[in-house]
Amino acid sequence: MTTKTCWEAVCTVDDLVADCGIAVWTEDGPVAVFYLPHRLPALFAVSHTDPFTGSNVLARGITGDLDGEPVVASPLYKQHFSLRSGVCLEDASVRVRSYPVLLDGDRIRLAVPVRQPAAVAA
Amino acid sequence: MSKQTLIVIGNGMVGHHFLEQFTRTPAAERFEILVFGEEKQLAYDRVHLSEYFAGSSHAELAMATADWYADNHIELRLNEPVTAVDRDNHIVTTPKGAYQYDELVLATGSYPFVPPIDGKDDANCFVYRTLADLDAIRASAAEARTGVVVGGGLLGLEAANALRSLGLQAHVVEFAPRLMPVQLDGDGGDLLRQKIEALGVQVHTEKATTAIVPGDAARLRMKFADDSHLDTDLIVFSAGIRPQDTLARACGLEVGERGGIVIDNRCTTSDPHIHAIGECALWNQRIFGLVAPGYTMARTLAAALNSDPQGAFSGADMSTKLKLLGVDVGSIGDAHGQTPGARNIRFHDEQAGHYRRMVVSQDGKTLLGAILVGDNSHYDTLLQYALNGITLPPNPEILILPEHQGGAPGLGADALPETASICSCHNVTKGDICGAIDAGCTDLGGVKAETKASTGCGGCAALLKKVVDSELEKRGVAVSTDLCEHFPYTRQELFHLVRVNGIRTFRGLLRQYGKGQGCDICKPTVGSILASCWNEHILATEHVPLQDTNDTFMANMQKNGTYSIVPRIPGGEITPDKLIVLGEVAKQYNLYTKITGGQRVDLFGATLSELPEIWEQLIAAGFETGHAYGKSLRTVKSCVGSTWCRYGVQDSVAMAIYLENRYKGLRAPHKIKMAVSGCTRECAEAQSKDIGVIATDKGWNLYVCGNGGMRPRHADLFATDLTDDQLIRAIDRVLMLYVRTADRLQRTSVWMENLEGGLDYLKQVVLEDSLGIGEELEQHMADLVGSYQCEWKTAVEDPEKRKRFREFVNAPSLKDPVQQWTSERGQRRPELEVASL
Ligand code: SRM
Ligand SMILES: Cc1cc2nc3c(=O)[nH]c(=O)nc-3n(C[C@H](O)[C@H](O)[C@H](O)COP(=O)(O)OP(=O)(O)OC[C@H]3O[C@@H](n4cnc5c(N)ncnc54)[C@H](O)[C@@H]3O)c2cc1C
Ligand code: SF4
Ligand code: FES
Repeated sequence: MTTKTCWEAVCTVDDLVADCGIAVWTEDGPVAVFYLPHRLPALFAVSHTDPFTGSNVLARGITGDLDGEPVVASPLYKQHFSLRSGVCLEDASVRVRSYPVLLDGDRIRLAVPVRQPAAVAA
Repeated sequence: MSKQTLIVIGNGMVGHHFLEQFTRTPAAERFEILVFGEEKQLAYDRVHLSEYFAGSSHAELAMATADWYADNHIELRLNEPVTAVDRDNHIVTTPKGAYQYDELVLATGSYPFVPPIDGKDDANCFVYRTLADLDAIRASAAEARTGVVVGGGLLGLEAANALRSLGLQAHVVEFAPRLMPVQLDGDGGDLLRQKIEALGVQVHTEKATTAIVPGDAARLRMKFADDSHLDTDLIVFSAGIRPQDTLARACGLEVGERGGIVIDNRCTTSDPHIHAIGECALWNQRIFGLVAPGYTMARTLAAALNSDPQGAFSGADMSTKLKLLGVDVGSIGDAHGQTPGARNIRFHDEQAGHYRRMVVSQDGKTLLGAILVGDNSHYDTLLQYALNGITLPPNPEILILPEHQGGAPGLGADALPETASICSCHNVTKGDICGAIDAGCTDLGGVKAETKASTGCGGCAALLKKVVDSELEKRGVAVSTDLCEHFPYTRQELFHLVRVNGIRTFRGLLRQYGKGQGCDICKPTVGSILASCWNEHILATEHVPLQDTNDTFMANMQKNGTYSIVPRIPGGEITPDKLIVLGEVAKQYNLYTKITGGQRVDLFGATLSELPEIWEQLIAAGFETGHAYGKSLRTVKSCVGSTWCRYGVQDSVAMAIYLENRYKGLRAPHKIKMAVSGCTRECAEAQSKDIGVIATDKGWNLYVCGNGGMRPRHADLFATDLTDDQLIRAIDRVLMLYVRTADRLQRTSVWMENLEGGLDYLKQVVLEDSLGIGEELEQHMADLVGSYQCEWKTAVEDPEKRKRFREFVNAPSLKDPVQQWTSERGQRRPELEVASL
């Protein structure tokens, strides 16, 4: 199998909630999409799975910034994750996957890896 | 260069410790080491001698093995006592030979003192010091029924316990009027005696034994000076210890008047080539009958033999903390208050069997000593005060008072010993926190990341912050009272700014008084302030991002990402019909169901998308949200009261329901709990609540600022015999003042304790209206009560708000695949293992 990236449409602007996250299901599993209207860029996407518990909850955390870095605080045990890199501020050895995200018309697209069967060699 | 010879006489605890220390130093290379021991066994842990009776063998008690000695090239000659020292020729003699030394160490310990009583040498009379002694006692006890210990000191009581463990009826005979006369005073000794007698050990004080003769009912009879007598099968003398200085005396070394080999700060005797350490040594006219000072001497001497000027012996603390026959006993410093001008503070609870005495200096500023019997939980703190000369608080009695009488926890973080456990989840002590700060952490976040403290259940957060703040302050780092990096204000200041300037949104406040985008500290805090001031729906568009997840979804998140549902059941009163609805809903959604500690029902395991559906049904049946998720009123617990109970003097259920309906939804710095009891029997446990109400035959008594939880505190009596109206007015004012002035996540108890002037001040403001704000507070509360809405009702009726309850916005019918379930006792529960935190 090879991995290839595709820009998957996951939701529309109507689904977004300012300064909050929402969860979407993608080819790569659950992803949290955040909309911070007072920043540029305003859209961020990281895995929805809290790496400390394995529960799918990160979209439900409080967003903000620490020292200028946009973050979300896990709603379970409150660790902060950078919305840009996915790195945990309390424990740099832990990170969640982050995804490139873009606005296409009123659709939100994420760059997610898609697994495809490898082309059979002739 | 040929090696010199170092001889050590005595292979006890201190002698061995010296060898351990010395062999690690460079000087060890210069010496052949030769050790003589009188006992047959290699050095063992005498402190735990009694465990020998409980089954420990010598091997388990031993401090090293023969191999260790061989590996370190130490020649160990056990069972070979030294009988003489020839100082002129540097020779020691034993029954087996004579040996030359260059340096000589005396570590001969001490021997038990046996009073000169006729008959003391009987075959069934023993002492309690060595393994051989214990073997002999055990053999004698095999055929015996009773045993007496002569001496009611620390070791005597331990010996009595040993006799008991051998199955004997044990007695303690003490010459002094009380037990442990060295460490305890009259009251302490009496209490210890009561406790020990309750355990079946008989205590006889003020008994001077005059003779030991053959007995009638047992092998021996002890005759006492007062003409009474006691028959027993065996006797153990434990009437004190004497330094073993026989050799030293014989060879003319300087010894003390009452025994002990005189040493200087480097542990050297009057002969520069002879040194003494441990219980045989006399330093500054003092003998140290504990092992820790002996170890210090051992280290001092090892350094001295390396010509290392460090670490001169400077005395040792003789404070002791023990469990004797299961009874806590502690003695610190000048326990008897012999310092001129010393004063005493005593706490004595005969009911609970606790005695505590503090000896403080004349000016009341320093702790000189202390005695504890029955409960050693205050020992560490008191010892810190005494050892480090920490200035006592102005009301030092709080250090020994029970907590519900205003005791110990008022202590600053400063007074906590280094060993105090701060975070039990991650086993972090105050010492660990100081270490992290010294290693460069300059704020709370850094300390958390470094030590993991407060990253488990979070219950220790407040204490951790206290310790970190106080340690940073100590190191000269300015501790900011700013809420967070986004707002340079305290919660109280922000509350004021919001109210006075009529600010209605987080963005508005941030623009005027803050910077950046906010975080998970300031957002919920400001969200709560806005709710306390203006009471708009917490899910109004501009407030949504401020809420903690529990508030956002108006339910408590569980570890697998599902939620629990707690409908309000005011006062705990519920009709059968409503109970049936709860049951039906729980069944329909397969929710784990549990009665809470707050007299209501919790339904666990609902997914995000199920929440609004479930609430639609509950609301239709007349339920409202219970705010189990909010920093707001939780429950008002009630007892059955005068309507049914034969003792009730007021209708406690009606009052509880009234209070719950009045204050429901009130957003506060932390959660608020209340209870109402129908009479003084207090079945509703009102005195453990933030607001507690207890019926009297004239009205209601009001208690305030209690709580259970991490650090329980009994509520304080605030006002008595209030009418319904007076009661409500007082509660309105207390709560509103709390909402306005408390710090974030500060419960009423801590708030009140930190108010300057404390309870009295609160009474003045609320009952006497000393600030003239009483009416304003009541008006503010009336506004909030008037603008109450059931948050869930508003939410389920609003499609925009309901949109938030989709687990995956692009896959409405998808169930979260990580939520795995299993069943337990007939109900469903999450299977998910929580990964290590
Ligand atoms: C359900 C319940 C346990 C039960 O099954 O009985 C419970 C469950 C929780 N308690 Fe509690 N507490 C419950 C009664 C209590 C009580 C007893 C009482 O209220 O009579 C106490 C001690 C009394 C007190 O608070 O003064 C109590 C002291 C705590 C504390 C420690 C508070 C403190 O000041 O130290 C916390 C932590 C906190 O609030 O920060 C806590 C926090 C929690 C949380 C909210 C933890 C969380 O954030 O996930 C639990 C989640 C509940 C849920 O998911 O629904 N719970 N909790 C009880 C709900 C009562 C209710 O009907 O609302
Ligand atoms: C039952 C019991 C409980 C105790 N509990 C505690 C406690 O809880 N806390 C505490 O701090 N302390 C306690 N102690 C005291 C502690 O055991 C002593 O402080 C410690 O053992 C002193 O060590 P030492 O090396 O000076 O003496 P010892 O351990 O007595 O060693 C001296 C050794 O020298 C030997 N010796 C003496 N003369 C000669 C000679 N001429 N030639 C060769 N060898 C000789 C002796 O036989 C002995 O083996 C307790 C003691 C006992 C007996
Ligand atoms: S507190 Fe008094 S009135 Fe209430 S149930 Fe108990 S005994 Fe009855
Ligand atoms: S006690 Fe510190 S996190 Fe639980």
